[in-house]
Amino acid sequence: MLGKTAGGLFWMFRYLERSENNARLLDAGFRIALTRSASASEEWKSVLKTAGSVIDYDAQHGVYESKKVIDFLLRDLSNPSSVISIMKAARDNARLVRTALTREVWEATNEGWITLKELLDQPVPEKDLPDALSIIRKQNALVRGATHGTMLRNDGFYFTQLGTFMERADNTARILDVKYYLLLPSIAKIGSSLDNVQWETILRSVSAQRAYRWLNGAQISPANIAEFLILHRQMPRSLAYCAQQVDESLRFLQEEYDVEHKSCRLARELYQGLKSGQIDEIFEDGLHEYIEGFLNKNSSLGAQIERDYRFQG
Amino acid sequence: MLGDAKSVREPYLDYNQWFEDEDPARIHRKAGQAEAFFRKTGITFNVYGTNEADERLIPFDVVPRVISAREWRKLSRGIEQRVSALNAFLHDIYHRQEILRAGRVPFELIANNEAFLPQMVGVDPPGGIYTHIVGTDIVRTGPDEFFVLEDNARTPSGVSYMLENRETMLQMFPELFSRIPIQQVSNYPINLRRSLGACAPPQCEGKPVVAVLTPGIHNSAYFEHSFLADQMGAELVEGHDLRVVDGRIAMRTTQGYTAIDVLYRRVDDEYLDPLNFNPDSMLGVPGIMDVYRSGGITIANAPGTGIADDKALYSYMPEIVEFYTGEKPLLNNVETFRCSDPQHLQYVLDNLAELVVKEVHGSGGYGMLVGPAASKAEVEEFRKKLIERPSNYIAQPTLALSTVPIFTEKGLAPRHVDLRPFVLMSPERIDITPGGLTRVAMTEGSLVVNSSQGGGTKDTWVLEE
Repeated sequence: MLGKTAGGLFWMFRYLERSENNARLLDAGFRIALTRSASASEEWKSVLKTAGSVIDYDAQHGVYESKKVIDFLLRDLSNPSSVISIMKAARDNARLVRTALTREVWEATNEGWITLKELLDQPVPEKDLPDALSIIRKQNALVRGATHGTMLRNDGFYFTQLGTFMERADNTARILDVKYYLLLPSIAKIGSSLDNVQWETILRSVSAQRAYRWLNGAQISPANIAEFLILHRQMPRSLAYCAQQVDESLRFLQEEYDVEHKSCRLARELYQGLKSGQIDEIFEDGLHEYIEGFLNKNSSLGAQIERDYRFQG
Repeated sequence: MLGDAKSVREPYLDYNQWFEDEDPARIHRKAGQAEAFFRKTGITFNVYGTNEADERLIPFDVVPRVISAREWRKLSRGIEQRVSALNAFLHDIYHRQEILRAGRVPFELIANNEAFLPQMVGVDPPGGIYTHIVGTDIVRTGPDEFFVLEDNARTPSGVSYMLENRETMLQMFPELFSRIPIQQVSNYPINLRRSLGACAPPQCEGKPVVAVLTPGIHNSAYFEHSFLADQMGAELVEGHDLRVVDGRIAMRTTQGYTAIDVLYRRVDDEYLDPLNFNPDSMLGVPGIMDVYRSGGITIANAPGTGIADDKALYSYMPEIVEFYTGEKPLLNNVETFRCSDPQHLQYVLDNLAELVVKEVHGSGGYGMLVGPAASKAEVEEFRKKLIERPSNYIAQPTLALSTVPIFTEKGLAPRHVDLRPFVLMSPERIDITPGGLTRVAMTEGSLVVNSSQGGGTKDTWVLEE
């Protein structure tokens, strides 16, 4: 497979995952803005931070108003992190690697793009936002379903998986990076209603409120949430689960190509660290430092994958 | 579809019977579905000079154009003769130039022509093939009467539309295909792959590796490039995926560099090799011409084939066909006035409103004047350009093109069409896919069928013998 094609598949799926995550962030932010208008501005700022867009936003707007933030994150083409920009990048990559996709995957991507372009052609009124966000998630689910149902399990498939899980790990870690202070025991007023809402928001940003309750019952505690998002290997958006998928994909490529690359070793280390991690130790050593460390390692791993598999000349 | 006496022409009889029994509302609905199908599949082309987000659909007409087996036999014999002559001409012009020595084609026409590549002189392309893929533009003026408008011997496009138009018709009107025996077109990608493989270079070891070279996703024909690569099971590469490794052209894969044997390039000569041609080109591969000359790769079509489909040379095609095949040409050439000739120029200026004037090197329907359809002001404006650079133009009379029906809001209506059959050439054989791409001037009375000028397409049926 061409290095460029591998890179195109990797980035196509990174972008797809990113647009879905941004839609989820918006959903969680919007809910806080609705239910607790006093803290809305602060909440929107942290949404922008998580999406990596706060500097771009400040340059254009300054005030964190629901309407403006939503428009900026959904349909502003000048914002490279808006859902529309990300989906365009995903589709451009899909066109680039058209020969490596099945007809079903290509058509799901292309139709998703057509749907989104129409949907986001005009500003989305607040009353329609939940529907719009759910359409975005659905379009992505169709691409993912077509990918799993129709693609050969060859190297190409594993590059799509690498893109998906590298991006997902990055997104979950960013949510934690922005919200970590809410999870610190020192300032956690256990049981206060403010924290409960904030904790729910964190879970909502990764679509895991219900899963969390199935596992933990009604008891919401910051340490449990942190453990769930970082170490829980059944939770499909946790760092540990993502790292495991990355590790497996790279091991497949290692066997297929019969070459051991540095990226494979890095991924192994990253996963092993998470697998044996203990949440109280993480808190002891500093949650924030831990998350930052993970973000750095994940990003070096991404760069190493690009080099090892010759994405660029 | 209708003959002179308003009777249905013979090849259309079966289709017409089906059509008369159909509810027009159903056909109308199907036409809408076809558009949705094209959009979903991404069968679009980018329009130059507009916002890059502008991916347009080429209008598709649901009424097929039908050609009888007998007419097709005649047509394809004519095409085969013409394509063989083109290939022989190219070999000659880059070697001994017998045709120039014999005085059948003027020396200046070659010497002063930008399409003639001195870098190709004395080069022997693998298998002796220059024109691996040709798309001959043909118009029909009456029963058994065909004219060649252009010989596209560089990188003819449109074959993906031929295939997708048929695919669309099969999905929309499957019953037609069980009622009417129609020759298949779906073998084209396999034939293309086999034909290219048969032209592998001397240094090829084992099964030939074929790749398609595209300028990238912003090129107007990118859809077609990816479609053909996908259908052939070949890699789709860009210039920056390639480099010279050990005297071969190799592509960068996830596991290192792999040599390519045959490169089906959809990049013009000028951009192919910055070391040998345009030094600013980012689309090509530095040094590919040197590899080519040493037998390390096959480039399809060969560099320098543009000299054969040059519009200035077009008027010599009857001589060229006769010179190399020893036969009278089976297909007609349109009478052509070369504006570089003062006598011809005078005639053209005197009759500008009745003629079609084309740029010698132009393509895509840009920069041409269709006299009978142009306003007085447009004619006068063109007159100035013509006087300024006469050698840049040729002129032809407008032909009485036959029409075929299209489906409109008000029922069937006649429109002018042309036909581009696709020809594959390898050392063993010449394959002509039965049918080709029919392009339609969607506007009533118009003669311009180019998609860049709003032309549409339709499926082309050649009936079984």
